[in-house]
Amino acid sequence: MRITIEQVTVALGGRDVLSDVGLIAAEGEIAGLVGPNGSGKSTLLRTVYRHLRPRAGRVLLASRDVRSLAPAEAARHVAALPQERGSDFEFSVREVVAMGRTPYKRAFAGDDERDRAAVAEALEQVGLGAYADRRFAQLSGGERQRVLLARAFAQQPDVLVLDEPTNHLDVRHQVELLAVLRAQRRTTLISLHDLNAAASLCDRLHVLHRGALVASGTPREVLTPELLAEVFGVRAAVVEHPLTGDPLIAFDHRQPAPATRAEASTGGTAGETSTGGTAGEASAGERTVPV
Amino acid sequence: MTAAPAAAPVRRPARTARAGAVASALVAALVLALTLAVSFGSVDIPVHEVWTVVAHRITGTAPEAGTRDLIVWQLRVPRALLAALVGAGLGLVGTAVQALVRNPLADPYLLGISSGASLGAVAVIVLGAGTGFAFGFGVSAAAFAGALGSFALVWAIARRGGGFAPMRLVLAGVAIGQFLSGFTSFLVLQAGDDQQTRGVLFWLMGSLGAATWDQLAAPAAAVALGWLALQARARHLNALLMGDETAAGLGVDTARLRRELFAVTSLLTGVLVAVSGAIGFVGLLVPHVCRLVVGGDHRRLLPLSALTGAVLLVAVDTVARNALDTQELPIGVVTAVVGAPVLLYLLDRRLERG
Repeated sequence: MRITIEQVTVALGGRDVLSDVGLIAAEGEIAGLVGPNGSGKSTLLRTVYRHLRPRAGRVLLASRDVRSLAPAEAARHVAALPQERGSDFEFSVREVVAMGRTPYKRAFAGDDERDRAAVAEALEQVGLGAYADRRFAQLSGGERQRVLLARAFAQQPDVLVLDEPTNHLDVRHQVELLAVLRAQRRTTLISLHDLNAAASLCDRLHVLHRGALVASGTPREVLTPELLAEVFGVRAAVVEHPLTGDPLIAFDHRQPAPATRAEASTGGTAGETSTGGTAGEASAGERTVPV
Repeated sequence: MTAAPAAAPVRRPARTARAGAVASALVAALVLALTLAVSFGSVDIPVHEVWTVVAHRITGTAPEAGTRDLIVWQLRVPRALLAALVGAGLGLVGTAVQALVRNPLADPYLLGISSGASLGAVAVIVLGAGTGFAFGFGVSAAAFAGALGSFALVWAIARRGGGFAPMRLVLAGVAIGQFLSGFTSFLVLQAGDDQQTRGVLFWLMGSLGAATWDQLAAPAAAVALGWLALQARARHLNALLMGDETAAGLGVDTARLRRELFAVTSLLTGVLVAVSGAIGFVGLLVPHVCRLVVGGDHRRLLPLSALTGAVLLVAVDTVARNALDTQELPIGVVTAVVGAPVLLYLLDRRLERG
């Protein structure tokens, strides 16, 4: 199922943190969102899984506005993996994955055979079939993230929305998680911090910078040294990966890119990142979210 | 959450099967606790006589009129049933509040709800001319209004700035709770005579001493409706515990769910405080302990918390009535003495587990 983001603007605390962003994730396509901290990646994803309501613009699922759907119906089409990790409430792995069945169940309804099959299949897909009776809180970070991904699979969605799913995972777990996504070939909207991971996984990349979309295209088209300097403020060469042939970004870790014209006119990036960070990727401490 | 310790992960038996066994055991324990509660007292009545009286009353066969019948049927049975209802209600409220603020160690006290309910009830008792200790509809209504009002106030403060942060809610609750308790203390000092003051204070510490058959209807209805309302939302409560964004992604209207939980919690707390005063620790500890035994899924947790709360409070009230020869202990004193060490143990356990 195709997802269309039509000129979406999101305001938080009276300030537009995302303005006029439009992009399409075609059926079966893995569309990546990249951009520096506070560029609005999480904010955009939150409008897709209906946590945030756009001030202007629409998010279309096939041809229907997600805001026109009942919450449960929207959740049968779109499954989200936000950055939340869940607290320790003594859930087993099976119970966490079974939460993915929530949009299919009426009040008082128990789990039926289809629910159990969906949960078992989802756990198999992430390679944790033997973990069903483990305590969720006792798993490692990488295992927990795969369980949460299984929860999204158990939702049997047409579209997956994943917000930095590889954050805080070691390299091996990152690779495993991305391999699972690659194998699925569902319509996927994913934000990624790691540009090399994004270049390897995604069919198309969309670059956000200060709440605006600044580039869209295949990884090879988008990830140019000029864009990396302009948006990310780094010097980098883009070469071919010797093993996979994917674009490989070789960063210059010795010095940042010289300040560009845009940054000079807005007085540098420091203030922008810190204020934008609260709206975009609040990751530490208490989360304040709109009710 | 830090990474899991390297110790071998525990494989648990299927929790559903375990929950069934636990539920059966709890039902048996409840019957036993109720029987013993009616049997023990200033006059001990043998268990078989307890059941004879109850059987006569229930089947409508000629009751043995007399003191036995009076003590069992008019005094002790309603009190034991009230204890069970209040305990069940506290277990449910605690579970709901813990999901609401996403904190496994929260209860209506922490959020100032109970303080509001107490203030409402005490205001009616002290200021209501000549009502004395009539635990009528007026006290219930005032307690409910107090619970709703204080919760709304706490909510408004916690939500200033348009966000929802569980920790802010807890801190606002503690502050408002203290504020309202100050007013309650002031009202108690304004009470007409020493006897009234003593009575109100005793009730504020929790007491089921005024239990009659007439009084059971309101808490029975509140607990039944509250349980149904929460049970219907059990899956949504599970989702809410994982976070607001996760819940939204699972099709839960989190704003609406919170409003509903808010209403159910206030109603239950108001009714419970009106009939039993302020009884601490039960709402805090019961869901927490149940979670350790049967896991966090609210579809099992809600009924088991209600049952556990019922068994616990019937037992605690029996102790409160019989511990001292000379007088009854306030039930809140017993729950505090038992509850505080258990809470400390659980905190310790959480720290160790990280």
